[in-house]
Amino acid sequence: MTDLRQHAVDIHEQFSDAVEVDVDEVEARLETLVSEYKVPIEEARRSVVSTYLDEAGIERDEIATGGSNAEVDVADIDAPEEWVDLTAVVVELWEPRADSIDQVGLLGDETGTIKFTKWAKSDLPELVEGRVYRLGNLVTDEYEGRFSVKLNRTTTIEELDEEIEVGEDTTDVEGALVDIQSGSGLIKRCPEEGCTRVLQNGRCSEHGEVEGEFDLRIKGVLDDGEEVHEVIFDQASTEDLTGIDLAEAQEMAMDALDTEVVVEEMRDTVLGRYYRVTGPTLGRYVLANEVETLDGPVDVESVLIKARSIA
Amino acid sequence: MSASVPTREVARRAFAAEFNDATYTFKESDDDRAPVYSLLPTGERANRVFVVGTLTETEDVGDDAEYWRGRIVDPTGTFFTYAGQYQPEAASTLRETETPAYVAVVGKPRTYETDDGTVNVSLRPESITIVDENTRDRWVAEAAERTLDRIERFDVADEYAAMADAEYDPDLSAYRDQVLAALEDLEEDLGVPAQA
Repeated sequence: MTDLRQHAVDIHEQFSDAVEVDVDEVEARLETLVSEYKVPIEEARRSVVSTYLDEAGIERDEIATGGSNAEVDVADIDAPEEWVDLTAVVVELWEPRADSIDQVGLLGDETGTIKFTKWAKSDLPELVEGRVYRLGNLVTDEYEGRFSVKLNRTTTIEELDEEIEVGEDTTDVEGALVDIQSGSGLIKRCPEEGCTRVLQNGRCSEHGEVEGEFDLRIKGVLDDGEEVHEVIFDQASTEDLTGIDLAEAQEMAMDALDTEVVVEEMRDTVLGRYYRVTGPTLGRYVLANEVETLDGPVDVESVLIKARSIA
Repeated sequence: MSASVPTREVARRAFAAEFNDATYTFKESDDDRAPVYSLLPTGERANRVFVVGTLTETEDVGDDAEYWRGRIVDPTGTFFTYAGQYQPEAASTLRETETPAYVAVVGKPRTYETDDGTVNVSLRPESITIVDENTRDRWVAEAAERTLDRIERFDVADEYAAMADAEYDPDLSAYRDQVLAALEDLEEDLGVPAQA
């Protein structure tokens, strides 16, 4: 069976209950997009699915594949619009920012973590933080290169009596440090038990005015000319990077009667230099567990070969 | 939601010779706050660039208020950067730095038309920091590679390549020759063992 045919069969299975359509017709639609309009197969598939969704008058997340899905690991999820099954622990739950979202947070297995969204309209049972579930019929999604899974009306949720040790999905990014964002340098955190929020003008958004505890961090941007990555350096890696430790930073701030002097000094030391950072991703940030300053020999030879090869 | 967070613009890498040829600017929408892009002749839009070079000269060219101009030299030419009261940190770096020095600049391309109708391209800095020679060499190799990438994938089927083709009718081989010359210089520099 050709790839195109296989895709057609998959799509047909999804819709055979809802829409009057045969596999040949699905394949013909795919064929037109792929061969005539040079659309990549994944896009073509998405487009054809949308057509049938419209025809059937159903929402994308209401359909399910006819057959059984692939049982995947978190780290394997690398394409949107796929139907998968996943066994994972609820690592954390976040505050939903819209009424349409019932629960949102992070799922994890041995291979890493991934964001999940559970819609209010899907009417599913509550997931509890720290518990392990076997989740059937999830749909994968992608936003700016980051993947997530969405639960839907057809999703099955089965609680398992087991434990999962969540692996760290570390990424490796490098580039020039082109910006240091606000909230960097010498900061104060809320001292309340379990709360580490960064204070704004001495106030915690949760606990109001508190006596904060000093900490160091840098929220920076690594840029390689093709992509940007936001990176958080914690106290230890900030000290490594800048050579300024917490005690010195506090002293500097006291002398100047201003905490801003710390980040200004840090800017001079790190902006415009090249770094490689390795660590887990958290939302849009990479947490810099390991930092390497790229100051070794510059590889000119490979670029020269490339330059000479272009006529 | 995350969808509403605007994506940060990538800092493009381009040598001075190409950067100064990027006289055509445009917006992607009519919105007043829409970002302005300058069009690189090798077929890429640039709202931000990252350059490293030798700061050879600084001068306060302002009338009443301070307005600093810096000349930053790379293997192909000179970047002109201007910083005034709205870029206080960059302005003070230009004021205080003793030339020559290697500097890294993150900034936005800006164009202005002179009385005789020529369009000059300059760099409005977001930050200027003093860096070492290794960082400068790394940038030259990186800018070379990114420029070659653009030349290699130049295809008028692409939106910005088509735009560059229409606006500039660019001689890509000239840009490629500049890259090659820059790399050969760099190789020669690095080939000589450093004296302790």
